[in-house]
Amino acid sequence: MRRAFAIARAEMLILRRNRWLFMATLIMLAFSLALSFAGSAPTGTLGVDMLTVSVASMTTLSVYLAPLLALMMGFDAVAGDRDRGSLALLLAYPASRAEILLGKLMAHLAALAVAMCIGFGAAGAVAVWFSGAGAESLMALGRLVLTSILLGAVFLVLGYALSALCSGATAAAGLSAGVWLVFVVLYDLGLLGAVVMDSGGIFTQKIFPWVMVANPADAFRLWNVAASESVALYSGMAGAASALPGWAAPLSLLLWPALGFVLACAAFRRVEP
Amino acid sequence: MDNAKSPLQIRALDKFRGKTQVLHGIDLDIAPGERLALLGHNGAGKSTMIKAVLGLIRHEGGSIRICGAAPGSAAARAATAFLPEAVSFHPALTGHEQLSLFARLAGERADIDGLLERVGLGEAMHRRIGAYSKGMRQRLGLAQVLLGRPKLALLDEPTSGLDPISRQDLYAIINELAEQGAAVLIASHALTEVEARTDRIAILRKGVKVADDTLAGLSAQAGLPVRLRVQASGAHADRIAVETGGRRINGASVEILCSPQDKMAELRKIAAMGDAVADIDMVPPRLEDLYRHYSGEDRR
Repeated sequence: MRRAFAIARAEMLILRRNRWLFMATLIMLAFSLALSFAGSAPTGTLGVDMLTVSVASMTTLSVYLAPLLALMMGFDAVAGDRDRGSLALLLAYPASRAEILLGKLMAHLAALAVAMCIGFGAAGAVAVWFSGAGAESLMALGRLVLTSILLGAVFLVLGYALSALCSGATAAAGLSAGVWLVFVVLYDLGLLGAVVMDSGGIFTQKIFPWVMVANPADAFRLWNVAASESVALYSGMAGAASALPGWAAPLSLLLWPALGFVLACAAFRRVEP
Repeated sequence: MDNAKSPLQIRALDKFRGKTQVLHGIDLDIAPGERLALLGHNGAGKSTMIKAVLGLIRHEGGSIRICGAAPGSAAARAATAFLPEAVSFHPALTGHEQLSLFARLAGERADIDGLLERVGLGEAMHRRIGAYSKGMRQRLGLAQVLLGRPKLALLDEPTSGLDPISRQDLYAIINELAEQGAAVLIASHALTEVEARTDRIAILRKGVKVADDTLAGLSAQAGLPVRLRVQASGAHADRIAVETGGRRINGASVEILCSPQDKMAELRKIAAMGDAVADIDMVPPRLEDLYRHYSGEDRR
């Protein structure tokens, strides 16, 4: 564990030094604030407070941004060191490969957490400032931040796995873009197509919600909307959420990082530098 | 020499890359305080062997023991220091930060500043590695070798990219390591450098160890000729060439190749020629000749 912290410390320095932390925070802040202001118009007609609307639109934003930021950090984790030629030396030291990945994960997760807290926190503060907020909408904001970090963790470890499997950083970057596209865009499109074809049959009723929640990006969405009725109303996802037991989405989103980490370690163990 | 605590003991090591065998039954030992030069062409298997010793790649046959421990085990990693060929680090870290990371990974409370001073990076230790020259990166690599008194130091092409003065420094540090009792393995192309600075020489050819002895031992085994270069005075060059069976190499010089045993007889013969000989040079076989001999270039 001491060694994992040593790796985390150096990785954190690198993230600060190459302005990654600054850029990620800036991106989160800019998008969250833009969405908050843009989304503030329809509050009157729906009868919910501004923070709820903000959280709903930031949930949609986070589905795209959190995996993207995470993969951007993750793809370089193993492949970058190997391309530079510094991996062999690192592995000659008495730190296990799991410890190295754990160290990187801690640093990358901390960076994501900082970006998420500042970005969503600032947008939330703006919403509260303009129209006040109830306990429920504050809870929803806290949940959004926490689940966004979890979603980031999923794609960080998937990024590590890709990074270890690919022959170089360029290939890993390309594959990461593919993974992002599949999980965030194509998966939902495919499901939508299946539902349309099925037109309300057994698939739509019984199987579809489970297939949906198996995708971490959708589990993230479901968790956020299922827990808050007003958010669900606003984002129009109440149907799918109500067909599932309450634990399904949290379980999916908690299981993915663990499974992904095991997968990444297994892939890393096969790397011969 | 089946000592369990021997810093490095390799027995019948086989390694395959796909279907091609890249290491064939290698045996190798290094004693504490011994400096071994591992020579060979590119692709002869030097780096592969080092990686197998580090436990970075699996080997298919034979055994490797580092101070009695298996390669890649915690004990073996703790006892080993490694300097990769053309070492590189993350460009965003400073030399000091990078070395601190290595010290923490090794679990050493090291004098980071002192080590960096020792390798000549005192001024640059708080600059980013991205701004370092190749030689400075190599020095940083050397500094991490000195962390925590290794029992076995594996140096892969340690002098590549270093200027002559830095090379002197490097060998001074290698000697220091050996004096502290570390077994040092230096894989190199730079034959003239390792010639005077190592205790023993092993040569790999296409994954086979073809030689493993001291320089003197290798010379004796190879039986390579001594080269005598005789400079004739006046127009006696032809006569000298005929009488000694040598070869004219320019207007006034004759080159004679003779075995080490015949050397004295040949010299007496030349001395007897009196004024016809103006000067004489004697060149014993160098490591370069031995290397060509053992690595098979002579046998084509």
